[in-house]
Amino acid sequence: MATAAHAEAVAPPAPRVALFVTCLADAMRPSVGFAALRLLEEAGCTVEVPLQQTCCGQPAFNSGDTRDAAVLARRFVELFEPYDYVVAPSGSCIGMTRVHYVEALAADPPWAERARRLGQRSFELMSFLVDVMHYRPRGRALAASATYHDSCAGLRELGIHAQPRALLDAVAGLRLEPLEGEDVCCGFGGTFCVKYPAISNAVVAEKAAAVERSGAQLLLGGDLGCLMNMAGKLHRAGSPVRVYHAAEVLAGMAEAPAIGEAR
Amino acid sequence: MSALPGPAAAATVVSFRRRVEAALADPTLKTAIERTTGNAERKRAQAVAAFPAFEAARERGRRIKDHVIAHLEHYLLEFERNAIASGAQVHWAASADEAARIVVELCRQARARRVTRVKSMLGEEIGLPHALDAAGLERVETDLAEHIVQLAGDRPSHIVWPSMHRTREQVSALFRRAHRAPHREETIEAMVDSARRELRDKFLGADVAISGANFLIADSGATCTVTNEGNAELCTSPPRVHIVTAGIEKLVPSLPHAFALLRLLVRSATGAELTQYTTFHRGPRRPGDRDGPQEFHIVLVDNGRTRMLADDPLRTMLRCIRCGACMNHCVVYRQLGGHAYGGTYPGPMGAVLTPVLDGLAHSRDLAHACTLNGKCEEVCPVQIPLPTLLRGWRERSWRDGLEPVTLRLGLGLHTFVAARPRLYRLGLALALPLMRGFARGGWIRRMPGLGAWTAHRDFPAPERRSFMARYAAGEGRRAPADEARR
Repeated sequence: MATAAHAEAVAPPAPRVALFVTCLADAMRPSVGFAALRLLEEAGCTVEVPLQQTCCGQPAFNSGDTRDAAVLARRFVELFEPYDYVVAPSGSCIGMTRVHYVEALAADPPWAERARRLGQRSFELMSFLVDVMHYRPRGRALAASATYHDSCAGLRELGIHAQPRALLDAVAGLRLEPLEGEDVCCGFGGTFCVKYPAISNAVVAEKAAAVERSGAQLLLGGDLGCLMNMAGKLHRAGSPVRVYHAAEVLAGMAEAPAIGEAR
Repeated sequence: MSALPGPAAAATVVSFRRRVEAALADPTLKTAIERTTGNAERKRAQAVAAFPAFEAARERGRRIKDHVIAHLEHYLLEFERNAIASGAQVHWAASADEAARIVVELCRQARARRVTRVKSMLGEEIGLPHALDAAGLERVETDLAEHIVQLAGDRPSHIVWPSMHRTREQVSALFRRAHRAPHREETIEAMVDSARRELRDKFLGADVAISGANFLIADSGATCTVTNEGNAELCTSPPRVHIVTAGIEKLVPSLPHAFALLRLLVRSATGAELTQYTTFHRGPRRPGDRDGPQEFHIVLVDNGRTRMLADDPLRTMLRCIRCGACMNHCVVYRQLGGHAYGGTYPGPMGAVLTPVLDGLAHSRDLAHACTLNGKCEEVCPVQIPLPTLLRGWRERSWRDGLEPVTLRLGLGLHTFVAARPRLYRLGLALALPLMRGFARGGWIRRMPGLGAWTAHRDFPAPERRSFMARYAAGEGRRAPADEARR
């Protein structure tokens, strides 16, 4: 399995980074995109946001619709190829572009090869900040206790575990509480959560209970889909735990309303 | 596809959802699942932590299996040759039905009345319990958990602990009803004694014993079976005839390979270093032997395996050594237990195998009822890429037109729009304010089209404008010059 650390290339002094906002952050939580933008710029990148970007094609791919996935994969490769790096605030989307594009384009070797090359330059935000840019936030403070959920694609497809913790450690006043079953899926699973809502609910109910037991005030993570799933369950269950994407905390944007709080 | 006897073949989309509902509505089932799988998960973690070479052993296990899969014909013929040389009779079965027919016919030839069985998932796969019952034979399940399953008249729900869906309290009540001299005290020991009293004399009075095999050893023609109860020894020694049924993927070249895989199998299954009993059978009783069967039969079963062999990457599933670690670590299995899967094999490995055995049309839900979180692959002792194989079935299901029309239209529309950024932006600009109309205090509790989510969770309302809309309007930019360069 390719881990982010392996591709720790010699980064140019101010690499040209294309931010892939992800369709979910774009539509549902723009602050995650703005947080990513701020962090990448602080880390010394020249950040651009290709305006033609939409969706990476993961919903089609995971539904078995490889043809449509390939259509969106080719689009993505073409759009992001000109940059030094592609970075997204999601392990799931980067898992798609980095690991699965090659599979989605397997029937089309020249495109599969282009996808493979771009994949080597595609990074989840926090692993990019730590492994490639050697960045740590400076002067950030948040007096709160938080617990962290490792989303499965980031954890198992990209080997992301230490990086978000290293970054969050640099936020003054933030205490990380252990989460029981931190490597257990939250039951989101993309379209799974609406295809099999009853199973998904049973899984996320256990996750929400574990989050509650951690005693933390905040739940943080690196993938908006999982965070919305857990936040939605916590809220329905009447929990006071507030949920943010870790990038928002790292960028000093956690004074804004948490996921689901009115704005 | 061969039709399976029993309820597996009747699995449909609707009934999968019904089975899911039934499983989720049963709090006792949840207790039973959590006790067994939670315990298995903890013990496996300890066993792996205490075995520093585990990853290397895993890699070796995968290589052994891949080697055999690549040279299956060679090892099958070698095994057959050596088994015959040891006095065994070897039978080949292409399908489940054929395998069951061969076994029943062997029982008839032996004029058997009572048949004892050692737990074997292959036996379940070929519908053997049903076939033996239908042939009018007295079938005695000698594995404690299979004994429970037989008494209760249900089906295995786990490949290692077939009756894990029943709590010990339920088993106690069952024994009190069914046993001639049931336990008096509510202890596990007393319950085991009760089963022992019930079963012991049946072991001795059986005409035929039927067991499975964990390994078929090519260079000796021996079979290897592991148990924790010793029933394999007790079961297979007294009867006149011993029949082994095994899938052709159980082959290993020689004994050291079997041991290499045993180290993985037992740790992954129960967290122990070895099973209590590891039994080898090779041929019938020889002149001068004190015990052992007069006839020793081996039924080698294909039942879809050569079709898997021809399919890359599905052939990696032939590595499976049936340890159950994938289901013990699966968030879906741990909510549902095994029966909801509707096939012989449950959990992630079952979701991959059931479409091979029962047909994809009957089981398309299984590959979809998975979050693709990858934990099963992580714990698989022979590195089977289970999520990739499950996604493969989704792809096949899509190609075969088995996916619902609504999903096909929805995804087609999504791709059409996602490939046209201006249309995509316009759609979002219209949808976001609309969604906000349903929100109260930041959350959407109910909205048309969002019912599957909001039945159980609240949906965080989006902001008024998307990131791209705000970014295009200049928000979040360091220098306006950036725009000019695009």
